Amino acid sequence: MNDRTRPDLLAPRAEKPGAPADARTATGYIGLSVPRAGARRLLQGRGTYTDDLKLPRLAHVVFFRSPYAHARIRKLDLTTAARQPGVIAAFDGRAIAEYCTPWVGVLAHLKGIKSPPQHAVAIERACWQGEAVAAIVAESRAQGEDALAHVEAEWEELPVVTDMEDALSNRSVIHPELGDNICFKRDFVTEGFEDAFAKADLVVEETYSFGRHTGVTLEGRAILADYNAGEHSLTVYQATQAPHMMQDIFSRHLNIPEANVRVICKDVGGSYGIKVHVYPDEMATAAISVMLRRPVKFLADRLESFLTDIHAREHKAKVRLACTKDGKIIGFDLDDLTGIGPYSVYPRTSGIEGNQVVNLTGGPYAHKNYRARLNVVFTNKNVTCQYRAVGHPIAVAITEGIVDLAAQKLGIDPAEFRRRNLIADDAYPYTFPSGLKFEQLSHHQCLDKLLALMDYQGLRAEQKRLREKKIYRGIGLAAMIEVTNPSPAFYGVGGARISAQDGATVRLEPTGMVTCLVSVTEQGQGTEGIFQQICATAVGVSIDKVRVITGDTGTTPYGGGTWASRGAGIGGEALLQAGKALRANILELAAAALSIDKNALDVSTDAVCDKATGETKMPLAEVGRIGYFRPDTLPLKFQAELTVTRHYTPREYGFTFTNGIQASYVELDTDTGFVKLLKHWVVEDCGTVINPMLVDEQIRGGVVQGIGGAMLEECLYSPEGQLLNGSLADYLVPMSGDTPDIEIAHVCTPTRQSELGAKGVGEAGTAGAPGAVMNAINDALAPLGARVNVQPFTPERILRALGKV
Amino acid sequence: MDEFFEATITVNGKAVTRRVQPRQHLIDFLRDELGLTGSHTACEHGVCGACTVRIDGQIRRGCLMLAVQAHGCSVDTVEGLTDSGELGALQQEFHERNALQCGFCTPGMLLTAQELVATQPDATREEIRDFMSGNLCRCTGYQSIIDAIEEVIVTRRKGAQP
Repeated sequence: MNDRTRPDLLAPRAEKPGAPADARTATGYIGLSVPRAGARRLLQGRGTYTDDLKLPRLAHVVFFRSPYAHARIRKLDLTTAARQPGVIAAFDGRAIAEYCTPWVGVLAHLKGIKSPPQHAVAIERACWQGEAVAAIVAESRAQGEDALAHVEAEWEELPVVTDMEDALSNRSVIHPELGDNICFKRDFVTEGFEDAFAKADLVVEETYSFGRHTGVTLEGRAILADYNAGEHSLTVYQATQAPHMMQDIFSRHLNIPEANVRVICKDVGGSYGIKVHVYPDEMATAAISVMLRRPVKFLADRLESFLTDIHAREHKAKVRLACTKDGKIIGFDLDDLTGIGPYSVYPRTSGIEGNQVVNLTGGPYAHKNYRARLNVVFTNKNVTCQYRAVGHPIAVAITEGIVDLAAQKLGIDPAEFRRRNLIADDAYPYTFPSGLKFEQLSHHQCLDKLLALMDYQGLRAEQKRLREKKIYRGIGLAAMIEVTNPSPAFYGVGGARISAQDGATVRLEPTGMVTCLVSVTEQGQGTEGIFQQICATAVGVSIDKVRVITGDTGTTPYGGGTWASRGAGIGGEALLQAGKALRANILELAAAALSIDKNALDVSTDAVCDKATGETKMPLAEVGRIGYFRPDTLPLKFQAELTVTRHYTPREYGFTFTNGIQASYVELDTDTGFVKLLKHWVVEDCGTVINPMLVDEQIRGGVVQGIGGAMLEECLYSPEGQLLNGSLADYLVPMSGDTPDIEIAHVCTPTRQSELGAKGVGEAGTAGAPGAVMNAINDALAPLGARVNVQPFTPERILRALGKV
Repeated sequence: MDEFFEATITVNGKAVTRRVQPRQHLIDFLRDELGLTGSHTACEHGVCGACTVRIDGQIRRGCLMLAVQAHGCSVDTVEGLTDSGELGALQQEFHERNALQCGFCTPGMLLTAQELVATQPDATREEIRDFMSGNLCRCTGYQSIIDAIEEVIVTRRKGAQP
């Protein structure tokens, strides 16, 4: 969608951000764009993704899945399938349930949330198209798939509920034992709300709809489970974001002692929140490995991915904004409805996304009045759960959409309207009407920086000029707040065994190298790269001396893994503290060996040196040699401790909020309804930036996922609950020709909760992009008297808004 | 399904002969039979480009071709083109610009980009975006990939001038 006639809109190729290997700043490697070492093997095709693994006697499992959205299983006969060439075994839900207990996806702090027990393989009834009802295990995947054709099943179709409002009406209740279709409901109102709205000069109202979409990880979900009956142990190689959470879940549901379960996460081909949930077919794979006492692999193919990877973001939200005639926002009023499929997903629940929408709507603005109603309803579509930027794309789009509408009604420029209403930069700490607490945000600095970066006034002038030539361009802004570094308030308080703390172990090797083991995982974000930077800085070694190990419950400290933009802020702080502790222990040893006061020593460039002069006193290789091989030369009472573990949990605030603002510039073709995304800008405040290149690439990738949801992506279902576009030929995602260049700048407000000062950033792009794009499109449509509020903004929807179809 | 054909394929410069099922896709043959796991399956539909390999000098989708169709052909994968050094300049530039995150699309991206670099030495930024638009990357947002390829093309052009 780039504009070929406007080369000035194309960012020139960026200056190469990579820093030379020997570069350091005053704070070591923090703040440098160091290329990540772990990327080299991926570039050579030498990554190890779960499907690349083979073990002796490896069997492959495939699943027979319900062709109906809601149906009772009248008959399921697996005998013929079990006799097919290469087939090892065939199981129905009852057989697997003997080895794997069902689960219920609820959390105590989401009051009233309910969901029925869910089995690894459905028993008696299927509740969405694609739900697994039988498993075939074979010598090869192909043989297993051949055998699927020989499964004999008879079905009794049941009433199907696909529409959210239909679900809310309880016309047909999916789980009669629950009484109604409401999974979770929340009502919230601040004191004096009605009165404040009654006194407002202007109340604007609009309803926004969002198509459900999904993560489309390029690598499908993958698991290889290897049960060893001799030790009653289970080793699971899994593409997951949360190995310790999965260790706990395999242990409890398969009844294997926790310490006998090891989860290993090799390279992961994209996750974005998709791979942090418990999936029935993956649990079944682990159970089957126990049943057959041999390694079993499952890999979701593309159709299975579309039918069973969590979906997200199917919302219909009515929002009202009240303000004074001089453009001061008085309050927001939200009524949000979301449909989550037939089960609340375990263990994070499917209530969190809607809850986030309630928490975050209106978030950047200084208003005192807020009312919110949320209904989370069951439907007979695939389940939904947390996908990158959970709830934020909805909350930001509806907030920024209604803010723009109010500005338009009052005739105030959208940037000026935001300036009058964004929470002042000196107002912190600040408590938002929904109860959220902000430590320190920088909305106004970000706004100023964005307007300068994009030359806002210049673009407005250009837009005006071009409108006279009937070229319709639009400029859209979207301010945002974002949840990062969650404390135990997110899941732990609700009873979920999901760790909010993380741990890091740092070990000096005898040669003076440093190995660190961290409980945060890597799926391409560059976690291991920034951990190298943090560890090298903390210990005082050069970066090529540091090795990082993640993704193995058998070796790393216990921790939460990677989700909710927590890796750098939580895992990074644990590692910083562990590295500093190791540095202190190194100095203790050197001081003892050299009979020098440790306070006169420091570690710098792989050696213990004199703090005052920088003179090398003892290379780290010598520290290692003495510590491990000649401790007899040290004072009798001295014990070297060259391995250190530290942990970190954010406690003071429920979340470490970040803020930012995005802008989109688009051109509308009024004949075809096509929108060209000309350019996108982001100003973000994620606190301490550890590696600017990696941060910017996280933001760019996030923006493009947000653009996907706004422009292209939607899981389309028929009224019968059949997914209509379960392939990448039919479900469109952004390709390089669809995406604009994205310019990024930063404001830096480190969090004071940690020494590192890092907040999260991985989801920010996705959170803000849909709102910015929507506002830009509506700005382009405004002179034509049209407006759109249903995502994705397909050419058809735009032509309908223009009254052309 | 029990029928097998003998296929001889030159893979990364070395002839291999295997009995293959006629229904086996080339990408599965490379990954499962030869252990060349650098090329990936993702969409299984010819859309995403993660399985891109080179057949007789031209890039092809490994998921849209059967192994038996490659009988008598020369197939190059990311492993071979890494060892030969042909992808070196692109790999270096991708690394320095972080033009990959999870790395799953990367081998396909590199093979596609290498064909562009070899066949269109004057490609503009927009032509690069167009040429690469058959390869899906879900992580990067593409800009760093386009930057990296453009850098290699511009550097070659400068090098080619007297």
